[in-house]
Amino acid sequence: MSERRIILKTPGLTMRFGGLTAVDNFDIEVQEGRIVGLIGPNGAGKTTCFNMITGFYIPSEGNIFFYDEEITGLSTHKVCAKGIARTFQNIRLFYNETVLQNVMIGAHLRQKSSWWQAPLNMPSFLREEKEVKDRAMFLLEKVGLADLAGEQANSLPYGEQRRLEIARALATQPKFLLLDEPAAGMNPQESWELMHFIQKTRDDFGLTILLIEHDMKVVMGVCEHIWVLDYGKLIAEGPPEEIQANPKVIEAYLGEEYLENA
Amino acid sequence: MMGNRMRNNTLTLLAVVGLAAFLWWADGNFDGYKIQIMNLIAINAILAVSLNLIYGFTGMFSLGHAGFMCVGAYVSSLLILPSSQKQAIYILEPLIAPLQTAHAPFVVAVLLGGLVAAIFGLIIALPVLRLGGDYLGIATLGFGEIIRVFANNLVPITNGALGLKGIPDYANLWWNYGFMLFTFYFIFRIVNSNFGNALKAIRDDEVAAKAMGINTYKYRVTSFTIGAFFAGIGGALLASLLTTIDPKMFLFIMTFQVLMIVVAGGLGSITGSLIGAVVITILLEWLRFVENPITLGSFEIPGIPGMRMVIFSLSLVLIILFRREGLMGMRELSWDSLFRRFSKRGEAE
Amino acid sequence: MFVQHSLNALTLGSLYALIAIGYTMVYGILRLINFAHGDVFMLGAYFIFYAGALLHLPWIVGVVLAIVVTALCGITVERAAYRPLRDAPRISVLISSIGVSFFIENLAIVVFTGVPKPVVRPSWLVSIIKFHGVRILPLTIVVPLICLGLVAGLLFIVYKTKPGLAMRAISKDIETTRLMGVSVNKIISLTFGIGSALAAASGIMWALRYPQIQPLMGLIPGLKAFIAAVVGGIGSIQGAVIGGMLLGFVEIMIVAFFPALSGYKDAFAFILLIVILLLKPTGLMGEKIEEKV
Repeated sequence: MSERRIILKTPGLTMRFGGLTAVDNFDIEVQEGRIVGLIGPNGAGKTTCFNMITGFYIPSEGNIFFYDEEITGLSTHKVCAKGIARTFQNIRLFYNETVLQNVMIGAHLRQKSSWWQAPLNMPSFLREEKEVKDRAMFLLEKVGLADLAGEQANSLPYGEQRRLEIARALATQPKFLLLDEPAAGMNPQESWELMHFIQKTRDDFGLTILLIEHDMKVVMGVCEHIWVLDYGKLIAEGPPEEIQANPKVIEAYLGEEYLENA
Repeated sequence: MMGNRMRNNTLTLLAVVGLAAFLWWADGNFDGYKIQIMNLIAINAILAVSLNLIYGFTGMFSLGHAGFMCVGAYVSSLLILPSSQKQAIYILEPLIAPLQTAHAPFVVAVLLGGLVAAIFGLIIALPVLRLGGDYLGIATLGFGEIIRVFANNLVPITNGALGLKGIPDYANLWWNYGFMLFTFYFIFRIVNSNFGNALKAIRDDEVAAKAMGINTYKYRVTSFTIGAFFAGIGGALLASLLTTIDPKMFLFIMTFQVLMIVVAGGLGSITGSLIGAVVITILLEWLRFVENPITLGSFEIPGIPGMRMVIFSLSLVLIILFRREGLMGMRELSWDSLFRRFSKRGEAE
Repeated sequence: MFVQHSLNALTLGSLYALIAIGYTMVYGILRLINFAHGDVFMLGAYFIFYAGALLHLPWIVGVVLAIVVTALCGITVERAAYRPLRDAPRISVLISSIGVSFFIENLAIVVFTGVPKPVVRPSWLVSIIKFHGVRILPLTIVVPLICLGLVAGLLFIVYKTKPGLAMRAISKDIETTRLMGVSVNKIISLTFGIGSALAAASGIMWALRYPQIQPLMGLIPGLKAFIAAVVGGIGSIQGAVIGGMLLGFVEIMIVAFFPALSGYKDAFAFILLIVILLLKPTGLMGEKIEEKV
């Protein structure tokens, strides 16, 4: 096995809201190119970790390193520019725009032209706009939404909205993709397809993927390494087989969800 | 698709030529009153679409538009007023020296009015756009009022409450509609680019926009400044059309009227702003009839002064209550949509 | 001299504070900036005028009537123009309130005419008394006292009664409060009623202080009072009072010590607003409202 770079390091990462410690020493190291998972009961602090990594919250303690570069406290849009993209637990699409526009907005980050070139109709501007459109269509094809390109985002069924959100995140050309409960609301058939979709996406785009998920079939099926969070603290980490057998993990979940989905 | 684009562009060009022909005809055949209304329509359209950029497309509830109009109006007027007239109207205190002799051709004066308004917009935007939502409305309203109060008090610059009179009436149909086309083209190109998509993203969900790498603060400042620029142009043209201005014209009520047009036409629709300007301007003029006595057979219903604005404001409330998307919502009246409509009619339903 | 200015500032501050309370209460429960609130203030002044000039009622009866009728107006506005938009995007209610404000102003111009009307003032309130070299109207002392009384009464209602508890609950979480069986609509109407009543009281006292009333008299004081509410921390009654007092003092004192700036009086409020929004956006006593990601 070749030596993999560490794409994300979060020594001592802690988040406090007033007197409440939401996340306590979330210390992880993610290897480049892997698909990894963050699980835990509801309210454990998983999305808070995402929010810290992506710059929505400034951590109370600790640091975040992205490929050895410190990004702690960077504002959200700068974090995205560095190469970290995310989806949201409650899908946050741009509902008044079309499917294609949503993905194009994701691609806007990497555009070089400026707004004033638009009224001047400069050829370099027009060329770049076309490239953005083509790239967005390419991504839509990859997620299987190409024929819905002109539809309004809020007219899409739930599962397709999730795929659109992922396509939009991919448009920012990330190196690291954070998916917040991508399988939420999916039936077994859909989550099975999602598993393969995640793997294919990682392979096609050379990404590292970290996902928060409650659907254990998906987590165990697709993640190479898992961290478990309970009441803000890491209680276990390891490959799926170890996590499945870990009594602390089972206890945290009260076993039920795991038993159902195993 | 390619064929469609060529067709659309040709149609738009034909429409512009048609407009020019109509203006040429109107110039010769309409009476002064009708021409004034047409002029107001063009200026209101400019004001509406500039506010729409800020509010309808970028989601910033700005209530300071009157302030930018005020700046544009004064800057442009001071540059086109002949020096002799300036001396005549500044009776309290003389106009400060550099402005006394400053002069510029009309088109330059209007553009400079817009530019200075944009600078004001930028200065205001930088601190204020760190606030969100409701606070933004009040803060921009506050700045609009501050500008007005300063205009009222800086007598050696603005002539205070007396205002400016005898402003040359260069703003005829051609200038007004010319600037209107320029404004609409400019804003249309911006809104339809991916930059415009980013603005709409900020409007739809600022959190998600940030997560997609968009520096929402920078984009909002930019959009606000561009909107202020065109508000300044609108103000400059209005000043030349009315030939007199004073700070009382630029009370918050002025912003409200522009807001009304934007809402009625459709927040987030460029063609909506144009249609809204036509409808509201004509409506406001038409409503004057309630202020004059009406004779029905042998009865005379007395006119009620001020009723016009009562009906106007009531209409806004009714629009918001029953059809808040206005006439167009976020849709645009485009050639494609027109063709789709007519081809549907041809098919069997 | 300073004493005189301070008393004037206290009076003006009280008048602003009473209006500001209405803004802050409505914003606290509905997150709405009620642009029409300033016009409710104006209505209070006009109703006392008509109570005296048209109905020839004894003064105290007129005051009570004016306050009650104005409160009813406030409640009606909420029912007609805001409640239907409860589930609409926030901006729709804002625009509706702007429209209502404009409507009330223009209706007032039509019905009352724009000619300023003189309000009858009880002579004991407006005969100048001299006290240690200070010349003031009894009104100047009465106004802050009444304001104090009204605020005390309000705080009692808000903190010591069930409806007040419901108001506080709604301002934290309207859905949960509704689920707990509270008649949210009634409480909201009550809030608007109280806020409008206080604004009416302010309008009446304002009319006594500055007896020429006109339909647009609520525009600028209304805006300033809202600014006072924001400065003090929107959503906080104590903040509204503090903000109102602060604004009153700033206005009076700056004009007192820099008379050349008196033309800019109206801009002070807005400048104060900008300063506060930049330094401490939640206001002097406000709380931060986090957005959940």
